[in-house]
Amino acid sequence: MSNTLQTRFAASARQWAQRVALVEPGAGALSYAELDALSDRVRDRLLAWGLRPGDRVGLCMLKSANSVAVILGVLKAGAAYVPVDATAPAARSAFILDNCEVKALFVDAQVHAALGDELAALLAAPLRAVVPDAKGAGVGLGLALDGLGAVATGATLASGPDDLAYILYTSGSTGRPKGVMLSQRNATSFVDWCTAIFEPSADDRFSSHAPFHFDLSILDLYLCFKHGATLVLVGEDMGKDARRLAQLIAEERITIWYSAPSILALLAQFGQLAQHDFSALRQVLFAGEVFAVKHLRSLSQLWPGKRYFNLYGPTETNVCTAYEVRLPVPESRSTPYPIGRVCAHLSAQVLDEQAQPVAPGAEGELCVAGPGVMQGYWSLPELSAKAFHLHACGQRWYRTGDIVTQADDGDFIYRGRRDRMVKRRGFRIELGEIEAGLYRHPAIKEAAAIALADDDAAVSIVAFVSWYGPKRPSLIEIKRFCAENLPLSMVPDRFSWHEDLPKTSTDKIDYQRLKDLA
Amino acid sequence: MTDAIKQDIKDYIMGEFLPGESPDELTDSTPLISGGILDSIATLKLVMYLEEKYRVSFEPHEVDKENLDTLDLVTALVTSKLS
Repeated sequence: MSNTLQTRFAASARQWAQRVALVEPGAGALSYAELDALSDRVRDRLLAWGLRPGDRVGLCMLKSANSVAVILGVLKAGAAYVPVDATAPAARSAFILDNCEVKALFVDAQVHAALGDELAALLAAPLRAVVPDAKGAGVGLGLALDGLGAVATGATLASGPDDLAYILYTSGSTGRPKGVMLSQRNATSFVDWCTAIFEPSADDRFSSHAPFHFDLSILDLYLCFKHGATLVLVGEDMGKDARRLAQLIAEERITIWYSAPSILALLAQFGQLAQHDFSALRQVLFAGEVFAVKHLRSLSQLWPGKRYFNLYGPTETNVCTAYEVRLPVPESRSTPYPIGRVCAHLSAQVLDEQAQPVAPGAEGELCVAGPGVMQGYWSLPELSAKAFHLHACGQRWYRTGDIVTQADDGDFIYRGRRDRMVKRRGFRIELGEIEAGLYRHPAIKEAAAIALADDDAAVSIVAFVSWYGPKRPSLIEIKRFCAENLPLSMVPDRFSWHEDLPKTSTDKIDYQRLKDLA
Repeated sequence: MTDAIKQDIKDYIMGEFLPGESPDELTDSTPLISGGILDSIATLKLVMYLEEKYRVSFEPHEVDKENLDTLDLVTALVTSKLS
């Protein structure tokens, strides 16, 4: 019996067949047996199409029972899934699907037309596609599969530990997203670490808040399913709506919550938490960015008696360090909490530019090795090579790009970045990708994005722009352009208009001057 | 009454989320949420402003694009709560 995501799910489906595997609020619930059967149908359709182990399958779907069944079905076929943001501009999604040469596509009916147009412009031949409508609880997917005709029943492919399980695209500094290739072992080693730390049981009810193209979803899906627990899906429409979210967490009696800190800060400020009963909730996990201490303090007062974990790690490693917050949060504290110690399945060290360990307590780049570390970036061998320090013993150390120090007690403390990547609302953003997006506007002559952090570590993005022609575009027009052309997390908070942007002596945009101006 | 409420909402959005923009650019039907003017936090701030100013309360399901995407829609929702 191999130890992969799909064989683990199949084992849970046998052991807990009649227990509830997932809840789609407002639509219904699926038992493990039902989810197993529906994902088998996805597998059989892909096998009938001739998909082979290692092939990629695209997924452009909102959070739903349909999309969870697709993910499991793709894995069962021995293929790798590539989730793209169904709410992002279609051109970006089409680039990703073309870039990793998906062999088949699952796309929600409501985004199919827009994505199809973009894909048609890129691809020589149309993709094989399954297009479920919005009917919940897996019904839309079932009907879409019915519509494609009957297929023979196949068998779940076991896959090996080094086989590709999924590719998650993250922001790329050149303006093009890059695909992080993650193997079965990358996922299972991380999930097993989670088992040891969080000790979940079949009685737990996990949130699934992060979208599937975001690596927080790996914990939600596979830790939950490994233990026969219940996954409560949080739809995109509700994901940032603090009041409805609070109501959902209480009513669905979620026991383990996991999201970006910005969502928890929203809940603390706007969720009217005192109105609900959160007694079921026992663990609050957060990752993706710094959690401002004042919001963590107020959340821990509104939600007393829970355990709070700060999880840290880039998509390339998933979580690689963890820190449990000791309560209460002192009134005098404003410094963010450490990112904690390295997870037991990984190794970490702080290295300088020459890949040598820094003196104890000195700043350096956090580098990580072990079974959780990605294989590389899809079809980008040079970038993949640059992402690692290769040591003489053959050990690959992934360079996180995060500058840290290590305290005497072993905890790592985050200090900043060595490049132009920023974290905002949990998403990582290359400022270069925002600039590349703004340049697509015909009236924009120059664009430069900078990130500013306020006292609470909240990141805001300011775009400096100059324009062609006599009249600058209106702010409303630019905001609408951004809403249509950039993922939401990349839309600048502020625009600053200039006739020309300041330049350095070598005629490059002077980012230092811009920071002073901001 | 409705016009005064609409002007007040417009003034709030201009001041908070469109600083420096000409008021003529924001019409009664300019898309606010789908047009990228109000993100999720801005939408909640607007709701809190309206709740306090007009002493009304919004149900969780009302805080969405269907109800708040234009000045006309926001005004209609506030007015319906006052009547």
